[in-house]
Amino acid sequence: MELSEACGEGLLVRKIVEGTVVDHIPPGKAIAVLKVLRLWPPKPDGYRVAVVFNAESRKMGRKDIVKVEGHHISREEAAALALVAPSSTVNIIRGGVVAEKWKVKPPEVAEGLLRCPNPTCITRKEREPVKPRMRLVSKEPLKYRCVYCGSTIGQDEIEGYILV
Amino acid sequence: MLESLRGRDVISILDFTRGELEGLFEAADSAWKLIEYRPLRGRLVALAFFEPSTRTRMSFESAVKRLGGDTLVVTGEEAISVAKGENLADTIRMLDAYSDAIVIRHRFEGAALYAAEIAEAPVINGGDGRQHHPTQAMIDLYTITKLFGGVDGLTIGVLGDLRYGRAASSFLLGLTLFKPKMVYLISPPQLRPREEVLEELSVRGLRFKEAGLMEVLAELDVLYVTRIQRERFPDPSEYERVRGSYRVTLDMLEGRAKKGLKVLHPLPKVDEIDPRVDESPFQAYFIQARLGVPLRMALLAGVLGGDGVWS
Repeated sequence: MELSEACGEGLLVRKIVEGTVVDHIPPGKAIAVLKVLRLWPPKPDGYRVAVVFNAESRKMGRKDIVKVEGHHISREEAAALALVAPSSTVNIIRGGVVAEKWKVKPPEVAEGLLRCPNPTCITRKEREPVKPRMRLVSKEPLKYRCVYCGSTIGQDEIEGYILV
Repeated sequence: MLESLRGRDVISILDFTRGELEGLFEAADSAWKLIEYRPLRGRLVALAFFEPSTRTRMSFESAVKRLGGDTLVVTGEEAISVAKGENLADTIRMLDAYSDAIVIRHRFEGAALYAAEIAEAPVINGGDGRQHHPTQAMIDLYTITKLFGGVDGLTIGVLGDLRYGRAASSFLLGLTLFKPKMVYLISPPQLRPREEVLEELSVRGLRFKEAGLMEVLAELDVLYVTRIQRERFPDPSEYERVRGSYRVTLDMLEGRAKKGLKVLHPLPKVDEIDPRVDESPFQAYFIQARLGVPLRMALLAGVLGGDGVWS
């Protein structure tokens, strides 16, 4: 429902036939979403992407929306998305209709997604083939703890430590 | 008695239950009897100390040899291929191939857990950065158990660098497995325990409060002292200002403390304890140091020993 509302705002964003619509992004977080989906900065040969800032939302007041044409985002990408925009909904569009829809969920264990903030954590050691691993300790507000050194990353800091 | 320890990694004191620790303490009481059985006969333990250490390394070495085993000692990054650019993962694979267990000390937090993920042999953490020093915490809790018959119901002060000192952090985490009456955290504001440690203490239900030494000295059964390092203070004058409030003197103890108070320290100590305390009945840190070997013997026998070591 809210997708069509956003389109009804008079913003000239046409419907997509194949692709992904990320809806219910907290206002102001669309660029962060593009970054974790590796769509920012835009590449000349990249996907066609539409971004709506500050769309009206009954649930959220204001929200951002990201539409990606020609790419169905994976569950793994959605997990990374959940770290910067935990309220997001993912709509997979096939043949012009919503084929799948789900709310993103912050992963219980974020592996390879977040850099540990502690410079003397083993996961920060150069040339060491170790993936940073963070365990979810709180969903609201979002908080992760490094499995190796115990350092934590809170909701407000997460964007700065995203690895993807 | 120690079946559950066989083959286990020893990364954090919180990897153990209270029951397992109590079993270990009991085993440590009779550790000297193991000398004649030589339960580690034919076994090799790698002591990989990437960071300087004398006592922890020597205490492990003594424990392994007294149990009839032998050690491969690698110390300092220059002694191994790390200096040639080898990463820790490859060094651990090599040690894993050459030995039956690996004791590791490293300046990076999480290095022991990482080593344990790589090695098939059990890995024992001999200190990783500012994070864990589980065998020291075992020794501390064992010492208190020997001196007081247990840890429950005691009032314990932990003084010094509670932020960067891994011995103090591990001791505090270890206390959460028991039920002390109260734990006082005594440190300058910049050396308070890290948030994640304080959170863990709260979640695990430890009764603790931050306090000044003189406020609480009269209540304490145990005073656990750690060194405050000058280099932790960006401003040397700030260090000079606080150091006096964290120095334990004999006059202070005789004037305020309970007669039965025991002072512990993971050692080495510098000037945080008046040397006159060494000769007083308050001193328990040399007892604590002596208990390091039997405790580590019991642990190694548990982790590496075959069937019937304790029967």
